[in-house]
Amino acid sequence: MRQRLRTKLQFTAIGWFAALVMAFPIFWMTLAAFKTEIDAVASPPLLFFTPTLENFAEMQERIDYIAHFWNSVAVAFGATALALLLAIPAAYVMAFYPGRRTQGILLWMLSTKFMPAVGVLVPIYLLLRDAHLLDTRTGLIVITLFGNLPIVVWMLYSFFKEVPREILEAARVDGAGALQQIVRLVLPLALPGVASTALLSIIMSWNESFWCINVTEVNAATLALAIASFSNPEGFFWAKLSAASVAAVAPMLVLGWCTQRQLVRGLTFGAVK
Amino acid sequence: MSTTTLYAPAVARRRGRGHPGFFRRGTTWLMAPAVAALFAWMIVPLILTLWFSVQRYNLQDPAGRGFAGFDNYVYLFTDPSLATALLNTVIIVVGDLAVTIGVGILLAIVFDQPFFGRGIARLLAIAPFFVMPTVSALVWKNLLMHPVYGLFAWIANSLGFEAIDWFGDYPLASVIAIVGWEWTPFATLILLTSLQSVDREQVDAAHLDGASPLAVFRFVILPHLARPIAVVVMLETIFFLVVYAEIVVTTVGGPGLATTNLSFLIYSRALLAFDVGGASAAGVLAIVLANVITFLFVRTVARQM
Repeated sequence: MRQRLRTKLQFTAIGWFAALVMAFPIFWMTLAAFKTEIDAVASPPLLFFTPTLENFAEMQERIDYIAHFWNSVAVAFGATALALLLAIPAAYVMAFYPGRRTQGILLWMLSTKFMPAVGVLVPIYLLLRDAHLLDTRTGLIVITLFGNLPIVVWMLYSFFKEVPREILEAARVDGAGALQQIVRLVLPLALPGVASTALLSIIMSWNESFWCINVTEVNAATLALAIASFSNPEGFFWAKLSAASVAAVAPMLVLGWCTQRQLVRGLTFGAVK
Repeated sequence: MSTTTLYAPAVARRRGRGHPGFFRRGTTWLMAPAVAALFAWMIVPLILTLWFSVQRYNLQDPAGRGFAGFDNYVYLFTDPSLATALLNTVIIVVGDLAVTIGVGILLAIVFDQPFFGRGIARLLAIAPFFVMPTVSALVWKNLLMHPVYGLFAWIANSLGFEAIDWFGDYPLASVIAIVGWEWTPFATLILLTSLQSVDREQVDAAHLDGASPLAVFRFVILPHLARPIAVVVMLETIFFLVVYAEIVVTTVGGPGLATTNLSFLIYSRALLAFDVGGASAAGVLAIVLANVITFLFVRTVARQM
């Protein structure tokens, strides 16, 4: 008993040490967000200081945080809503009416994810340019939607498969069509799964950095790009950079922590549950 | 029990058709929008990339456009910066696989043990995965790795060492460190999930038989982790092949070509030099590489299933 308690205490120390090391950059960034620019570069580094909220006001002036925040919201929620709209019917068919080709279609969808974005950068860029969609929310939403669609289909498929088929069969005998079955039965029964799928899609869209760097500039730039503009600094900028970063990252940390249990299934396309 | 065996054969027979899925025909169209969208997303850019890669096409010189044959490929493969970019790509992939899986296994084992506040500690440890790449890279570059004001410089100085100019002297290692920090939680989460399904009785039996913890790890736990590790290797390779944002906001591919990987090379060709043909040829190379690796890994993973 005492031996077991000692082991547990040892692992408490090791576990918390590891956790704090991993989270340290985020902690340090959060501290810097509340420092003055002078305090942020002070040597020795300050652990205790008079906190200020000035940076959050200044970051708004410097990069127009709120405009980019709404771009991020529009892209994350727009792409996720559209992806769900396309994926829910598809996953419903795949889960409840699997045919000979279903497995093949699922694998093919997954394979589109393996196409390196940078390999198709040039044509996508030119297509968006010709459609006058460069630096627009619509353009970025469409691209983000395609990027997330395979993962969304896979996750929904694996959650839908856990819905008992007998219920759907009973409903079908009673004359319920596909749409009714989806809305009345499948979605309510698989709601936690659908919710974590949506959360993962929102997080991935929010953090997506490749396309927003390459196809947006000012008008449609999401926070991921707006914050990158701090890399060309004039004068001290660390505290403001940190403030903007904290404000951009915090919502996703909360969402990510909410969905961590289902995360593994989504990220491995159901290969590890 | 599948629906088709319950209802479809009778209905299909009544209708005099041999098709095994009567109900399927009524519902397959629900799959069409998603399949069509993804098909377009895959095939249109692929064909255009292939097409542009045999074109002489510079955005700054639209008049000089024409068929180039394999000129872009010849130029690509004779360009010394390609070898550097490929080598850097491989170093990033291998380096980050080693970092994330090595640290990931250790963290997964620790977080698999019961300890006080484990839930909260685990949340903290996976937090880096939810930070957008541009933010991670900037925070590491400035607040931590800056040679004068960074925290690491202060730590080195207070221990009596000279501060290291991370991005000047060890640019590739610095990029690998940042990417490794971002992706270690990914490996940890997946390995932890599968550790939790290790047969406890087998572990206890091994302990009773006098096996050392190291032997238990080597002969019981590691074999159990083989498949999830393969999954992690495959998925991470796909992301590490195209590391991009971290390079753009820290080193911009430099100093010189020190941190130019294939992604950054294509980016600099296309959007900095406006060479659509050349960038497309490199794009085709990236697609081929990614597919070869995916194919190899899928086969390996499939065999272990």
